[in-house]
Amino acid sequence: MTADMLSQDLSLLIPELLLAGGAMALLMLGVFMKGEGANKLVQWLAVVLLAGAGLASLFLVTGEGQAFDGGFIFDGLARFSKVAIGVVAAIALLLAMPYLKAEKLGKIEYSVLMTLAVTGMFMMVSANDLISMYMGIELQSLSLYVLAAFNRDSLRASEAGLKYFVLGALSSGLLLYGSSLVYGFAGATGFNEIAIAVQSGPSVGLTFGLVFVICGLAFKVSAAPFHMWTPDVYEGAPTPVTAFFATAPKMAAIVLLARVLIEPFGGMVEQWRDVIWIVAVLSMGIGAFGALTQTNIKRLMAYSSISNMGYALVAIASASQTGLWALLVYMILYMIGVIGSFGAILSMRTREGMVEQISDLAGIAQRNPGLGWSITALMFSIGGLPFMVGFFGKFFVVFAAVQEGMLILAVLAVLFSVVGAAYYLRVVKTVWFDEGEVEFVPAAVSVYWVTRLAGLATVLLLPVIGWLVFRAYSVGLATL
Amino acid sequence: MEIGLGHYLAVAAVLFTIGVFGIFVNRKNVIILLMSVELILLSVNVNLVAFSAFLGDLAGQVFALFVLTVAAAEAAVGLAILVVYFRNRGDISVEGVNLMKG
Repeated sequence: MTADMLSQDLSLLIPELLLAGGAMALLMLGVFMKGEGANKLVQWLAVVLLAGAGLASLFLVTGEGQAFDGGFIFDGLARFSKVAIGVVAAIALLLAMPYLKAEKLGKIEYSVLMTLAVTGMFMMVSANDLISMYMGIELQSLSLYVLAAFNRDSLRASEAGLKYFVLGALSSGLLLYGSSLVYGFAGATGFNEIAIAVQSGPSVGLTFGLVFVICGLAFKVSAAPFHMWTPDVYEGAPTPVTAFFATAPKMAAIVLLARVLIEPFGGMVEQWRDVIWIVAVLSMGIGAFGALTQTNIKRLMAYSSISNMGYALVAIASASQTGLWALLVYMILYMIGVIGSFGAILSMRTREGMVEQISDLAGIAQRNPGLGWSITALMFSIGGLPFMVGFFGKFFVVFAAVQEGMLILAVLAVLFSVVGAAYYLRVVKTVWFDEGEVEFVPAAVSVYWVTRLAGLATVLLLPVIGWLVFRAYSVGLATL
Repeated sequence: MEIGLGHYLAVAAVLFTIGVFGIFVNRKNVIILLMSVELILLSVNVNLVAFSAFLGDLAGQVFALFVLTVAAAEAAVGLAILVVYFRNRGDISVEGVNLMKG
């Protein structure tokens, strides 16, 4: 490898290099700098670093292609996901700052761990080899296990961390076992070579390995029947950590799943489509029915994320260009809704501390109309009620499924979305019509603006959606 | 009798199954969960090295080295979380890990 090729390879890796170097620099800064200001400085630098890495993949990486002998790929999918992950992680850290200060958790490790986790996610969306895929997943997961147990004096948080660790390690084991079988039967670890092996005729060993890989990745996206950890971890982990869990790692894992299924295993679509079909239906169903009886809003969001991942899997099951495009649009709209909702949950602070029961929101719209309207808009959007942007996310997903002739899946998706609407509407009803006198203290600046802006975005993004509908229509016509 | 690829794969599959069962059947101790996770990762290593030798391709052995490294890091993180949990709970039985349900 000449120096010229090396610099060409490294130019595709600029965002990852920024993040990895930045994480280490922040750690050193935090270790050697004394005093109260150190934590604040590290947090702000980390916000700049996360958003900067996302934008770097948009502006600084000019070329596209594969690097390091096909182990790493930078394409449109990776670029799009990296921008989304970097920006949403930066917002999640902004949301975390006031919480960490109030709960006396302000340690520099939080920012460093988040930066390392995002480095892992960037590797995941750019993985083009079983080894780089595994390393990316582990870098992300190991940082997330620690973040879940970040409030180490709390029994709930440490229990959440423990559960997440055990089930996460199990899922990595499944994924790895699948990878070893795929390697053995395809004869190589690179996705390009696996694709060639799959084209030349799928074997039983490859199918077996693929099923294990799907199981491992389904754990990471918390799709049913591998969802058991989600509600407990979401409830136990500190709220800003939950906000982070519900957004960026989901995006990274679902994009990785899509890439694995469509690129190396594109030739086995008949084999994996049924698996994804079942996982998607189970996720949508368990997410919709499981949420109906919840009283804790963080658990509600956990079930909501399970069912939303079901819709994302519907888009993957369609295995078409439209499906992939619908997946990305859906994930972006989902992340806007979720990050805003967690902003609202982080606003639920009374004089005594954080509260997280849905009943604590009773009648909040009368006392705090801004928060009430934001929650209403966000819940309508995640629930997919027309005509908020979230509706169009679900619409595109169903559109992609219908286009591929998966009518039963599309009908089930719509039915479960009706069931799901019930619990989102229940929150809205509590906010507007129930009697309550829980008084929240004024929210911190970042929490306030994230909630309001995300709430506004669910309506203001509609013109963009209009353009997307038009495009979807023309794509649909082109393929008919 | 010649020992072939199939034998190695069978051993790895048995180890893997024991590991998975160790996670689900074990009701006593969280340390055993960590040992089961280790067992799963090592069974994968047997697989990888056997395939690597069979295919005459080095990538599998490189993969195995990466897995070993990650397994060490994973054990460290897992034990650290377990210590934190023990300090709050005073007990590491699996049945005690039930604060949150539903």
